[in-house]
Amino acid sequence: MFGLLDKNTTILLLSNLTVLAALFGIGRYLKKRSSVDIDAETVRSFSRNMMAWMVVCVVLALALMVDVRFTVFFFWLVSFWAQREFVTLTPTKPSDHRTLFFIILVFPIAQYLLVGYGLYDLYSIVIPVYGTLFIGARIAFANDPDEFLARTAKLQFGLLICVYALSHAPALLTLDKLQTWNGNITAWELWDGSKAGLLLYLVVIVQISDMTHFIADRTLGRHVIAPKVNEFKSWEGLITALVVSAIVGVFIQMFLPVTPFQYYGAAVMAIIISVMASSGTMTMCAIKRDRGIARHGMLVQSRGVLDRIASLCFAAPIYFHVTRFFLEVESLEEIEAANAQLQVLLQTGCQLATCI
Amino acid sequence: MKAVTIPVLVGVAKLFSGATLRWVGCQPDTCQRVYFANHTSHLDALILWASLPRQIRSVTRPVAAKDYWVRGPIRRYISDVFNALLIDREKIKVHNSPIDMMIREIGDQYSLIVFPEGSRNTESEMRDFKSGIYYLSKKRPDLELVPVYLNNMNRIMPKGEFLPVPLMSCITIGPPMWLESGESKNDFLKRARNEIAKLREF
Repeated sequence: MFGLLDKNTTILLLSNLTVLAALFGIGRYLKKRSSVDIDAETVRSFSRNMMAWMVVCVVLALALMVDVRFTVFFFWLVSFWAQREFVTLTPTKPSDHRTLFFIILVFPIAQYLLVGYGLYDLYSIVIPVYGTLFIGARIAFANDPDEFLARTAKLQFGLLICVYALSHAPALLTLDKLQTWNGNITAWELWDGSKAGLLLYLVVIVQISDMTHFIADRTLGRHVIAPKVNEFKSWEGLITALVVSAIVGVFIQMFLPVTPFQYYGAAVMAIIISVMASSGTMTMCAIKRDRGIARHGMLVQSRGVLDRIASLCFAAPIYFHVTRFFLEVESLEEIEAANAQLQVLLQTGCQLATCI
Repeated sequence: MKAVTIPVLVGVAKLFSGATLRWVGCQPDTCQRVYFANHTSHLDALILWASLPRQIRSVTRPVAAKDYWVRGPIRRYISDVFNALLIDREKIKVHNSPIDMMIREIGDQYSLIVFPEGSRNTESEMRDFKSGIYYLSKKRPDLELVPVYLNNMNRIMPKGEFLPVPLMSCITIGPPMWLESGESKNDFLKRARNEIAKLREF
């Protein structure tokens, strides 16, 4: 219909926005009705999260309406914002200044350009391999060996999470042909949906997972996972989030097929995404605890971009890789070959069965 | 020309500094003030000026070192855009006092941004303040002295670097103070320095 959005993705986006708006409204209502049993801070934080997700969805929708490059650009902006928050919270020394210039401007721009041009061979190694080597060397050249390893690790970690991991979300749009199982036992076929659906599926499931985790922690939470890292996150929350994500994933695939997955595929993907999203949130909490929350509040007002996208950053690479590994094909011949192979297997199976 | 460059310059400064402006015990007002801040980076004056609300910005002039800001056409142009009051650090004499010049230049309209530490500081502790703001408020006791704490500017562009790195920073503006009657120069300067130090805790 518009740009990368087809009918199903548009409907998914709109219904997602409606749900977010409804939840935001409920948050507003709860805030006004000052009841004793609901913590005001919890409600405020919930409403703020809904608002943030709404903004993200609207901007992402606009970007998807234009084209792939524009969406990549949008994700670069998010990365940029998240990474400057990360570096702001991590103490660096004046001698790291020139390294900072590279990891905030040069590497991210290079990474997103490579993603934009779909050069998988390059964008999957530039930061983890050459980035790592470069940061170490650049800091060494700056003639300051004090806490060398700690400084290298901090910068590298920020670059990996905020830029490298997140860039796998827009990279979904640059995947080549995707195959899908058409329901018959022996037939793969080319998937003809819009790749924006893959990206939206990721974003929506991450969002559902985060939201359910948040609510379940405060209503069902009994066994806290790591109280020193976060006093709310509980095993009950994690499992509820996982189950709800899987159910929603299957529902999306059933009524608005936006991905090339089968029902079980959609469920498995949702579970992977949800587990990774929870891991991302926990990791970010640990980083914040390490740095001390008081400092965080001072330089970065309220909760920043980084907190909100940590879950997306963690979920994006594995979702991308699983999709790419199982579903990406180079040509139609590959699909036909796979089908022929299945046919042979099936015939052998039948023969075996008749022999027995 | 300035109508275009001011918003552009302000936008770039805000983008690069990611500054959040917080008013703690002080309200934005166009009355005549002297904003005094800790000094760690060449960008301090520009970022603080750019972060102020537009109406206040238009009547506020940063006091800056002439030797730095007249070097090269770009710096000269920028200092002209933000209407800087350039002080010649080498020619400070009794008959050529910068205080008299400041008072002359601000008239009854402008506010000032000053850095009483004198030059950029690389230590985490602030240096002792120069006596300028004492003489300034002695001659013009009606000026509100507003302490400003700039956090993280030194990481955006440390001393000796020429490329800024866009990190986040925070500007905290504290409650105004005045010279008390009979207060000695040293007491006053210590008190002023303390006012900025206090803002770190907010």
